[in-house]
Amino acid sequence: MIEAQALNGLALGAILALVALGLTIVFGLLGFANFAHGALFMVGAYAGWVVYSQTNNFLLAIPAALVVTFIVGLVIERVLIRLYYQRPKEDQILVTYGLAIVLVELVRAIFSGQTRLLTTPSWAAGIVQIGGIFYPQYRVAVMAIAAITLTVIYLVLFKTRIGLVVRAGIDDAVIVNILGINVNRTFMLVFALGAAIAGLSGIVDAPLVAVNPDMGTDLLVQSFVVIVIGGVGSFFGAILGGVVAGEIVSLTTAFAPDYASVMLYVAMAIVLILRPKGLLGVEGRS
Amino acid sequence: MDVKRTDFLKTALGASAGLSLAATASPWLSAAEAAVGNYPDGTSGSSIFVGLLCPTTGSYSADGEDEREGFFLALDDLNNGTGVMAKIPSLAGKKGLLGKTVVYKAADTETKPDTAVQRATEFITQNKAIMIAGGVSSSEDIAMEKLAQQQKVLYMVGASGSNDTTGKDCQRYGFRSQLDAYMVAQCLSPVLVKAYGKNRKAIYLTPDYSYGHSLTNSLRAATEKLGWTTVADVVAPFPTSDYSSFLTNIANSDADVFINIEFGNDGISSTKQAAQFGIMKKMQLVIPNISTFLPDGIGQEIMQGVYGTQDWYYALQDRYPLSKIFVEDFVKRWKIRPRWTAHVAYAQTAIWADAVARAKTFDPVAVIKTLEEGKPIELMLGPVYYRAGDHQQVRPCPVLRGKKPSDMKGKDDFFDVIEVVPGERVMQPLAETSCTMPPYL
Repeated sequence: MIEAQALNGLALGAILALVALGLTIVFGLLGFANFAHGALFMVGAYAGWVVYSQTNNFLLAIPAALVVTFIVGLVIERVLIRLYYQRPKEDQILVTYGLAIVLVELVRAIFSGQTRLLTTPSWAAGIVQIGGIFYPQYRVAVMAIAAITLTVIYLVLFKTRIGLVVRAGIDDAVIVNILGINVNRTFMLVFALGAAIAGLSGIVDAPLVAVNPDMGTDLLVQSFVVIVIGGVGSFFGAILGGVVAGEIVSLTTAFAPDYASVMLYVAMAIVLILRPKGLLGVEGRS
Repeated sequence: MDVKRTDFLKTALGASAGLSLAATASPWLSAAEAAVGNYPDGTSGSSIFVGLLCPTTGSYSADGEDEREGFFLALDDLNNGTGVMAKIPSLAGKKGLLGKTVVYKAADTETKPDTAVQRATEFITQNKAIMIAGGVSSSEDIAMEKLAQQQKVLYMVGASGSNDTTGKDCQRYGFRSQLDAYMVAQCLSPVLVKAYGKNRKAIYLTPDYSYGHSLTNSLRAATEKLGWTTVADVVAPFPTSDYSSFLTNIANSDADVFINIEFGNDGISSTKQAAQFGIMKKMQLVIPNISTFLPDGIGQEIMQGVYGTQDWYYALQDRYPLSKIFVEDFVKRWKIRPRWTAHVAYAQTAIWADAVARAKTFDPVAVIKTLEEGKPIELMLGPVYYRAGDHQQVRPCPVLRGKKPSDMKGKDDFFDVIEVVPGERVMQPLAETSCTMPPYL
């Protein structure tokens, strides 16, 4: 039983890591928290749903979610976000928070508030045996999708020139600019990438939950906890934080459900006391 | 949050100050016509005001939208003397109510009790509402019931399934039409035992708040009396989005019936995830209180064969002529079929209007006393009436079963109506409820 619950934690952690990754990349480079991240998660789920309900093919829904949220991210960054890079933190929080409300209400206006049917894809609707445990195929698929995505993002960030610029930009945007690299364009791409990862998480999570305009709201808070635990702006921190948070929630839930979310915040508090920058947080950046 | 709360306190204090001022500063009112809430102040012109409180954002927004559409249709029918309203003897051949036009406005409660109370307070103080109605979750409804009692303004409760609404939180100024948890348990249990046999082992998934516990406890008591045993009551916090830990426990139990008490989004998430865990291959799923848009969210593949109840379902038009008129008019106006939240809205408006017409006054005390007489009114579920002791409606309980996908005629043709159990048979005895009815004034 405990193995089954640990597996539950891993599956939950995979989704949390995905959501947190998008948030942490944007935070790392642009230096501000995107409160519209949960709304972009929801937009991804809806984009995927539109394609899935037309084609009945979940494997087409995933790229649809990615592309739509990437484009939405680009537009948002050009029209709105870039005007706020030099503004105070409070303004940045307020504008993304407002943006989240606008996105949610826009989707509600177009699709109504009614929950949409997004079933488990038939190829993942069964049960698989792992060790002695019978486990839903779809949750295994979620872990696989998360692993693939994280690997791809890792390769982009750490093995490509764009990734080099992004990481350099995280360390010191001014110097990168002086070196003649267009940091603004990098900012735009990174914001859109963060949005696309949120969108991907949305469609991946959709077969597990009720698909409606408010589906991203609660997740936003959890993913903030994840990146605080893992270390703000850290790639591996998001993954570690996601898995740690997933395991804490699942194992606590198995024994004392009422304390599951409390334990998550307790863990966050402990991490903040012992390692204020998070488990894998980078020292030195101010 | 703090700002909102202070604002609310200000409005509430201002309101009560204003109201008491109005009461003392009106010496020309005869003793018989002493002010009660917004009466007679709100009825002096050629129109009266009704405030509608429906969540159009937040977790019950879809239900709130359906409910709001039901209210709009009902009040327009009342003003125009059309539709189901025209079939009610006290209202037939008349437009408006007691010769006055009913002006109405809807506000968004955001599915939050504090917002609901704030909006309702605005309707009562600024618009001098003579009646307020709506709400989708029991928590917002109970909050508005308390406000209504304090402000002495009639409140026709919207969707609410907790026993508390007409139990420990019952109010003189609040009337609830939906089935309470006790009634659901009483009407569903015999059907379940008939369908699945006497010696079944049930496991429950219960959301951890008043609605969840009252439905689980009511159902356990009712099924255990008929020979079932309860393997476990798995309690999940409200709200929850990942149910895997709970479902792992359920999947590994030796139960053969899985009774899912979760409602709204939680009902959809938990049911979808339970299917992924293969629980429905081992156990029979039962959803005692089927939330408005649950079948849309989980899909008919899962819904088929599942027993449960709803406040009302459109196929009841085959049994009740007024349901047929209601469905036709609603489709004409909104281009979609009404769900049960719209039925609650329409029925509650009609019952209030009929009581006002029969009392021949908007005076809330007189209207409440008329409702408490318990004279049945013929509506979309046949004759229904209120019980004076707790203001719970005595009304039939429709037991439904999910259709096979291949048997569906249209995309919202989800259920077969298995049985309609008469209300008198399933009411909780008044002495067993924890309702202590507050005074009229």
